Amino acid sequence: MSYQGVWTLAEAKKGEIKRVAFELLTRGRKLADKLEVELASLIISNNVSKEEARRLIEAGADKVYLVNDKRLENFIVENYSNVMVELVEEHKPEIILGAATTMGRTLLPHVAVRLEAGLTADCTELDIEEETGNLLQTRPAIGGNILATIHTPRHRPQMATVRPKSTSPAEQVPGREGEVVEIKYDPGLYDGRVERLSFRTSEGEDVNIVDADIVVAGGKGLKKAENFALIREMAGYLGGVVGASRDAVEMDWITYPHQVGLSGKTVTPKLYIAVGISGAIQHLAGMKTSENIVAINEDPDADIFKVADIGLIGDLFELVPMLNERLAREKEVEKVEV
Amino acid sequence: MKIITPIKQVPETSNVKMDEETGTMVRDGVESIINPLDLYAIEAAIRLKEEHGGEVIAITMGPPSAEKAIREAIAMGCDDGILLSGREFAGSDTWATSYALSRCIEDIGDYDLIFCGLQATDGDTAQVGPGIASFLDLPLATYVSTVEKVYIAEESSYTEPDENSITVERLLEEGYEKLRLPLPALLTVVKEINYPRLPTLSGKRKARDVEIEPKNSEQIEMNKDNLGLQGSPTRVVNIDRPKVTRGGRIIDASEEGKQETAVEELVEYLKSKEML
Ligand SMILES: Cc1cc2nc3c(=O)[nH]c(=O)nc-3n(C[C@H](O)[C@H](O)[C@H](O)COP(=O)(O)OP(=O)(O)OC[C@H]3O[C@@H](n4cnc5c(N)ncnc54)[C@H](O)[C@@H]3O)c2cc1C
Ligand SMILES: Nc1ncnc2c1ncn2[C@@H]1O[C@H](COP(=O)(O)O)[C@@H](O)[C@H]1O
Repeated sequence: MSYQGVWTLAEAKKGEIKRVAFELLTRGRKLADKLEVELASLIISNNVSKEEARRLIEAGADKVYLVNDKRLENFIVENYSNVMVELVEEHKPEIILGAATTMGRTLLPHVAVRLEAGLTADCTELDIEEETGNLLQTRPAIGGNILATIHTPRHRPQMATVRPKSTSPAEQVPGREGEVVEIKYDPGLYDGRVERLSFRTSEGEDVNIVDADIVVAGGKGLKKAENFALIREMAGYLGGVVGASRDAVEMDWITYPHQVGLSGKTVTPKLYIAVGISGAIQHLAGMKTSENIVAINEDPDADIFKVADIGLIGDLFELVPMLNERLAREKEVEKVEV
Repeated sequence: MKIITPIKQVPETSNVKMDEETGTMVRDGVESIINPLDLYAIEAAIRLKEEHGGEVIAITMGPPSAEKAIREAIAMGCDDGILLSGREFAGSDTWATSYALSRCIEDIGDYDLIFCGLQATDGDTAQVGPGIASFLDLPLATYVSTVEKVYIAEESSYTEPDENSITVERLLEEGYEKLRLPLPALLTVVKEINYPRLPTLSGKRKARDVEIEPKNSEQIEMNKDNLGLQGSPTRVVNIDRPKVTRGGRIIDASEEGKQETAVEELVEYLKSKEML
């Protein structure tokens, strides 16, 4: 049997499919349509209901393979890899997409080695090569300084992890048809060497800057720790989280988990607002693929303006309070309207 | 304990210069360094050695000049190093790199732990660590932020399990997960794990004098079909330079009077993007 069809790996937690799974369907649908093949999603988890799985069908999957078992409740790479390798060898999809999350970036390389498949990490662009039907995978490399396009000419399947937030999630169309195939877990695939002992959520409220839709970040231009209140206030009005440049972190104005950039986190929110940040290449490496970028800086030559969609040249201590006041008013209006 | 740290030599990219015409990196005058994250892997390995005894062996696959990375690792406190170098490895993607390194590690043999960096700054793939674990069928923990405990059966006076193990925490999107892995195992580490030490004087002396003989696929048993470009499933088809400039609207809001209209325009922009 030759390899055919596109698969996405749908991550789920506590019975619920994650948002990033729907982003992958946006990517997968486009590829499947171009190749005129079936699009299927694979769920490896526990307690994911058929109804929940149907959400993927409504969002564009033609088929969902659903593997539930209590031994698969938590992601242990050996166990998931065994399930995935078995199913891929049986169904032979030609393309497999996973999210570039901590899970995807652990599981897919493990699986790719066993399948002798090509795997490209952290793709931001996927397409089909006209003449050959090969998957074209584009990814930023060398701190975002180049974009490399990669293909896998002779090996199947072709695998890629896709950056979360690099595309919008596929919309669910109620009533869209497709099949949920429940697969009984084969206990022979259980590895059992690695034991998960516990889990604790990160301290502090909103440090998950990677998953946030809106990030408001402050830099050395804020002058001192107390002034981060301006940033927090803005983030509050916008429903966003607080990010920071390395210099702000090194001054101890804010903690390391908030750091954006080469030696911090890479974020791709819908909106990134940089306040008093110069836009050093190491900072840009962590945020320049954001969908919309706003910059406020008093230096007209600051590099941050090169990547900004809209930039305000001026004193942040005058502009930000004005902006916060306006945002507060917008909130008021919203309340009245509701 | 015998601990192996695969380290990669990368160009020092914190100040990358790009050739505007060709879209490639200017390598002239660019220093080569140990991949910054691999320093954390080395440090983690040395700390365990200091606690439990044994040795740390750094291995790298790269051109002959990557020998420098091995010497630097020894200067930090690694006991020995292996340079895997040869034309047959040129053009390796992460699959072929994982294969070659896994063969080299098998050749060393009798190891308890492998520490990798999470990812290298040039490729940023984070695939080689999991790849090696997969080839060697070793228990794997990625994104390790803490080594909590190493349990060595023969060091223990209790009659606990006779299996050696390591307990670690991993830094995930939502928090920290604690895992116990039997040894031998492979870990990839993140920055939170420690603070890498600087080379010591005696380390530097040792690094200077040590003999590092490059090894290749003649000395280590490998399937030649799996090496280098030939053994790599993926191929680069194109390199582009991303647009740096978005050509956004930059508004002068440096004077009173201009400020209100600028802020107003920003609010309108946010509304148009449905951010408000
Ligand atoms: C290996 C390496 C890794 C690095 N990793 C990171 C990383 O992950 N993240 C990161 O951010 N950096 C990183 N850096 C550091 C980076 O090079 C810069 O030093 C840093 O980003 C600068 O932070 P900043 O923009 O807050 O400060 P500055 O560069 O000092 O910029 C402050 C800005 O605020 C503006 N400003 C000042 N006062 C006002 C005012 N009243 N109103 C408006 N604007 C004002 C100034 O015009 C200036 O542009 C790294 C460096 C290296 C070498
Ligand atoms: N050529 C290499 N030689 C030795 N170790 C490597 C090599 N390439 C990658 N590694 C290891 O694998 C990790 C991940 O690299 P990468 O998958 O390239 O991001 C690195 O931090 C190193 O520990």
